[in-house]
Amino acid sequence: MNSIISVSDLTKTYSGGFTALKNVNLDIHEGEIFALLGPNGAGKTTLISIICGIVNPSSGSVRADGHDVVRDYRMAREKIGLVPQELCTDSFESVLATVKFSRGLFGKAPDPGYIERLLRQLSLWEKRNSRIMALSGGMKRRLMIAKALSHEPKILFLDEPTAGVDVELRQDMWSMVRELRESGVTVILTTHYIEEAEEMADRVGVINHGRLVLVEDKNTLIKRMGNKELLLHLAEPLERLPESLADLSLELDESGQQMVYRFDIQSGETGIANLLRKLDRAEIEFRDLQTRESSLEDIFVGLVRGEQKENDRAHGAGE
Amino acid sequence: MKLNWHGIRAIYKFEMARTWRTLMQSIASPVLSTSLYFIVFGAAIGSRMGDIEGVSYGAFIIPGLIMLSLLSESISNASFGIFFPKFSGTIYEVLSAPISAFEIVAGYVGAAATKSILLGLLILLTARFFVDYQILHPFWMLGFLVLTALTFSMFGFIIGIWADDFQKLQVIPLMVVTPLTFLGGAFYSINMLPEFWQKVTLFNPVVYLISGFRWSFYGIADVNVAVSLAMIFLFLLLCMTGIWWIFRTGYRIKT
Ligand SMILES: Nc1ncnc2c1ncn2[C@@H]1O[C@H](COP(=O)(O)OP(=O)(O)O)[C@@H](O)[C@H]1O
Ligand SMILES: [Mg+2]
Repeated sequence: MNSIISVSDLTKTYSGGFTALKNVNLDIHEGEIFALLGPNGAGKTTLISIICGIVNPSSGSVRADGHDVVRDYRMAREKIGLVPQELCTDSFESVLATVKFSRGLFGKAPDPGYIERLLRQLSLWEKRNSRIMALSGGMKRRLMIAKALSHEPKILFLDEPTAGVDVELRQDMWSMVRELRESGVTVILTTHYIEEAEEMADRVGVINHGRLVLVEDKNTLIKRMGNKELLLHLAEPLERLPESLADLSLELDESGQQMVYRFDIQSGETGIANLLRKLDRAEIEFRDLQTRESSLEDIFVGLVRGEQKENDRAHGAGE
Repeated sequence: MKLNWHGIRAIYKFEMARTWRTLMQSIASPVLSTSLYFIVFGAAIGSRMGDIEGVSYGAFIIPGLIMLSLLSESISNASFGIFFPKFSGTIYEVLSAPISAFEIVAGYVGAAATKSILLGLLILLTARFFVDYQILHPFWMLGFLVLTALTFSMFGFIIGIWADDFQKLQVIPLMVVTPLTFLGGAFYSINMLPEFWQKVTLFNPVVYLISGFRWSFYGIADVNVAVSLAMIFLFLLLCMTGIWWIFRTGYRIKT
């Protein structure tokens, strides 16, 4: 696979002394949709900002389409479009003017035909003469995308494209990203919604506390992470789990009021029917039940613990 | 090394569009306030004043008044031009574009300077309605106009980068530049001052600008024209160095 973005040993310490990125190494393949998944404050925006030239790296380097983003910034940046996390536009400009501005800024000669197609594709053509402040939030977001695509980049960064966006718009966004990929654009998006990574990405990188914890094919990752929990609120507290339930992945909480059953959503056989049958046979009654997907936070905790165990093991072997 | 001409043009056009959008504030209001000066100092009070070195008082104050507007407009245009994207966050786009520091400055400073040059000429034209004047050295007059506009637009650009709130944006133009301009001989010849203050006044950089500019009109000057010209180039050099340093270090634009 051809790597279109290549991040090596990237570290960022902000002037306040906070280290937001710790020795990040990452390769993005040409033509893929890559999701950078991580909770707030993980360092996603910092990473994107360095690649796009908005933030200076403390050490390490980044190449975009073979060009160093600091030394050959012109060549590198021509290839990149960025839709930042915050909606920020000049309220008084017209839609058309601001998109033309972006294209010029990136060094491209005017191409009214292309701009028209772009605006039509994003359903903004009718609004081309409106002032930006007259647009709805969803339109503004699409306008930011139009600006980012105005210079026909090969690589598009979308920083939390669906944060605070309603369901319908989210669907639109997703289908638009797929169309872009089909036209050959490499898309890197950040998100803290696991479903979004699931829905969109070919590969997923998980980042937490400035470290890239893992990079994996989406399907592999989902297998690793796709746990769901079934919570059962018992009618009568139990002292311990009966023998007949011991072979299931079932836990009783300390109060004895609640049982947690863990199952894999990906596998065809969740074992829930079996569980309910066994509960019935053991005459355990419950008042309520609910399912819960393992949250991103849980997954991080899991991943970080896993890493620690591996480290411990490595140390143990060394001694 | 190829220049990103489209990028420079984009910034320039964007900034000029902002000017036309705010025509009242950016052109009409300085022209109006300068006209008031002409009426009050030129026509009303000026008629009671004697000539200064053979020039009527109304005509004498024209170069100074143009400089006054030129300085304050150059600074406020350029500083606002770069401060606002920083403030609103839209600067991300300029920073992520394949455009060099030189090209960014050329766009912003070029537009701010263009605007204040146009304004200066407009005030000059307006002055015709109130007083009679001549321009002995039109070429030099334009030269001083352009150089001053460029230099102070650069100075404004630096202020716009330095300022992190609206108050800082206004404090230097208001607290430093305006007093220096008023005391820089816009309304009097420094020969009219007591000897001690004549010396002190030479530390005011605006004196050189106004004196040189006035020389291009009437051939009279408080200080030698060559010195005036040298001083303008010195400020220009200082501002260029400041901007160069800002972009080299990323000061207040990149973290
Ligand atoms: N300009 C800055 N100065 C100091 N710290 C910053 C700055 N920008 C971000 N940070 C810190 O760096 C960390 C990562 O931020 P960010 O990259 O925005 O995370 P994310 O996009 O994953 O939410 C956060 O703890 C944030 O507070
Ligand atoms: Mg972020």
